Amino acid sequence: MDFSVVDDLAEHREAARVWAEANVDPAWAKEQHESGTHQTAGLHRLLARDGLLGAGWPPEYGGTDVDPGFAHAVMDELRSLGLMWDGWSTTVMVINTISHVGSEEQKRTIIPAALRGELLISLGYSEPDSGSDVAAASTRAVRDGEEWVIDGQKMFTSTAQVCSHVFVLTRTNTEVPKHKGLTLFLVPTAAAGFDLQPIYTLGGQQTNATFYSGVRVPDSARIGGVDAGWSVMHVALTFERAGDRRAGVTLARKVADWVRRSGGEYGIDMDDAVTRERLARIAIDEEVAGLLGMRVRWISESGGLPRAEGSMQKLFASEASLRHYSELVDMLGASGVLQGDGAPMGGDLEAHFRSTVVGTIYGGSSEIQREIISELRLGLPKSRPAA
Amino acid sequence: MDLSDSEEQSTLRKHLANFFTRESTTERVRASEPLGFDARLWSDMLAMGLPSMAVPEALGGGGAGLGDLTLAAEEFGRRIAPAPFIEAAAANDLLARLAEEDAGGVAGELLSGALEGRLVSLAVRPAHGGVARLAPAGAIADTLLALDGDELVAVTLERDPEAPASAPANLGAAPMADCRTDGSSRTVLASGAPARSLHDHAVAEWQILTASALVGLASAALEIAVEYVKQRRAFGVPIGWFQSVQHRLADDVTETDGARLLAYEAAWATEEQHANARALASMSFLFASESAFKTAGDSLHFHGGYGYTLEYDIQLYFRRAKAWALAAGDPRREFQRLAGLLFDERGQ
Repeated sequence: MDFSVVDDLAEHREAARVWAEANVDPAWAKEQHESGTHQTAGLHRLLARDGLLGAGWPPEYGGTDVDPGFAHAVMDELRSLGLMWDGWSTTVMVINTISHVGSEEQKRTIIPAALRGELLISLGYSEPDSGSDVAAASTRAVRDGEEWVIDGQKMFTSTAQVCSHVFVLTRTNTEVPKHKGLTLFLVPTAAAGFDLQPIYTLGGQQTNATFYSGVRVPDSARIGGVDAGWSVMHVALTFERAGDRRAGVTLARKVADWVRRSGGEYGIDMDDAVTRERLARIAIDEEVAGLLGMRVRWISESGGLPRAEGSMQKLFASEASLRHYSELVDMLGASGVLQGDGAPMGGDLEAHFRSTVVGTIYGGSSEIQREIISELRLGLPKSRPAA
Repeated sequence: MDLSDSEEQSTLRKHLANFFTRESTTERVRASEPLGFDARLWSDMLAMGLPSMAVPEALGGGGAGLGDLTLAAEEFGRRIAPAPFIEAAAANDLLARLAEEDAGGVAGELLSGALEGRLVSLAVRPAHGGVARLAPAGAIADTLLALDGDELVAVTLERDPEAPASAPANLGAAPMADCRTDGSSRTVLASGAPARSLHDHAVAEWQILTASALVGLASAALEIAVEYVKQRRAFGVPIGWFQSVQHRLADDVTETDGARLLAYEAAWATEEQHANARALASMSFLFASESAFKTAGDSLHFHGGYGYTLEYDIQLYFRRAKAWALAAGDPRREFQRLAGLLFDERGQ
């Protein structure tokens, strides 16, 4: 066994840092934070201009000759500067799906446009009455000649406010079991009958409700077969980012350093046994979460499909994160509730206390993960009612 | 990164799984109580060279790595084998480290004795007032290695050869005993900083191996629980159908997998002499202690009233899940020590 974490991007780090220094506007991170829109148009244009979006894609679909390692290193650098690109992440999931199940025409038009930064795709799976039970979607798509007419509502269509399209899960057949009557469409947000209403969240991010009233799309907007949406979804879900493990300063260490620098200003010090145990526990959880993530990556890289293992990593890491920030605002006591730049650690702990709440909900709630683990790993019977 | 067993390791794992399944059945575990020592099992383990498998070949051991020893401890723990494997392995490796520096010295002699079948054990906690309290295998060992003040000592344990070995009644049915470290048989192996560092190294190894044994124990407890909840019916369905049961077991298997990876990582980091190896040993011990106890507790709980009876095997696992870790003292003190390793300047 070998647990060494080799930085396979080491040779690109310096160039990535130079790229970020030359191109990143320091105001962007704050702007994302304050607006709740975790996608910046100016940054996206630059990523497209320099071929970073197309790195690693085949040239016939608009791929560039930029080294994918360099592109990864740039994204890491941007992340360390506090920038996010949620709209691009969902776009990548969709174009990966299209590269597997799309028509040749779709591959040659949609993928290159996305790689040129001309389109961004948001995910439209959840609905007001269905989240975890994603196959229960009731948004209808009805065929009308060469077109489809879509009616319904989606919830938590995050980043749609800056996206050109939504990848919409619809019901095309009500006569068959729910998993068998689903179809996916790429719906332009500029289409007549499309509407969007912002939803503001506890963590500060803006998400949306999106409405579809008589939205007409051509049959060429259909991704995958008619009524084959469930298998298309499965392809899409395997492209959710596998666990990663980056050597860096741990949360426990960062907080311990801050406590020491704070010089007792908040009544906390590193000689206090309560604080020490708290941080030691967090350090252990972080190590375990990192290892479960490492296992997911290792299985993927060895050609396996980490299904139960992926659920274990997501379950443990998101639940641990929730516990950690709750413990850390406890540690700050009365000051734990303070927000903004003047707050302890610049308000980071309080902000994460709010934003980590969604970690155990989105991308498959903890209950869904436990169900997957029970079934796949423990071989226990399916507990949910039969469809 | 490579999380797979080597070919030799998977052979070793299979071999030991078979051995312990055959030779450490729950009937034999029960028969060994209350002392908690199965002499026939131990003599088989000695014949296989298990307690000295990580001693260098030049010194007569198996020359295996700590990673291999960790796998062995997991299979040992899975069958809650009534034998002093972990304390003996840690003691033998400590003697080997000393013998490598001073060939022909006392440590070398003690190690030769151990290879011939004499049981050398390790007091995990330092001795106080000339007594190593409740030393692991203290009731059956021939020699005990202990940190006594500033000295690492070996003491020969004298007992009446006519009287059967006995230990104070204890939760985990372990052959522990108070052992005097100030008697006439006391030999100093090292003193000052080297004594403390050698002992600490041995304790770290004991922690990793105990973590691994607890992972094995938790995995077995979980298997028993899963089988039980599939069979046992209530309200017309197997109780394993209920989410309140499934979800707790899903949390348990997740933590057990995490504990296994952490024990392997700690063993790997120790072999590679990584700067964080000592902290990882402590982490693996603490995480495995808590997760194994929770897992064994849940596994017992889902047996309902039967889990509370002595007739069902799950109680054997539950008792040891708590007891094994306590040999090192109050776990919350270990959290304080870990914090020192992680966050204090001197610990870096």
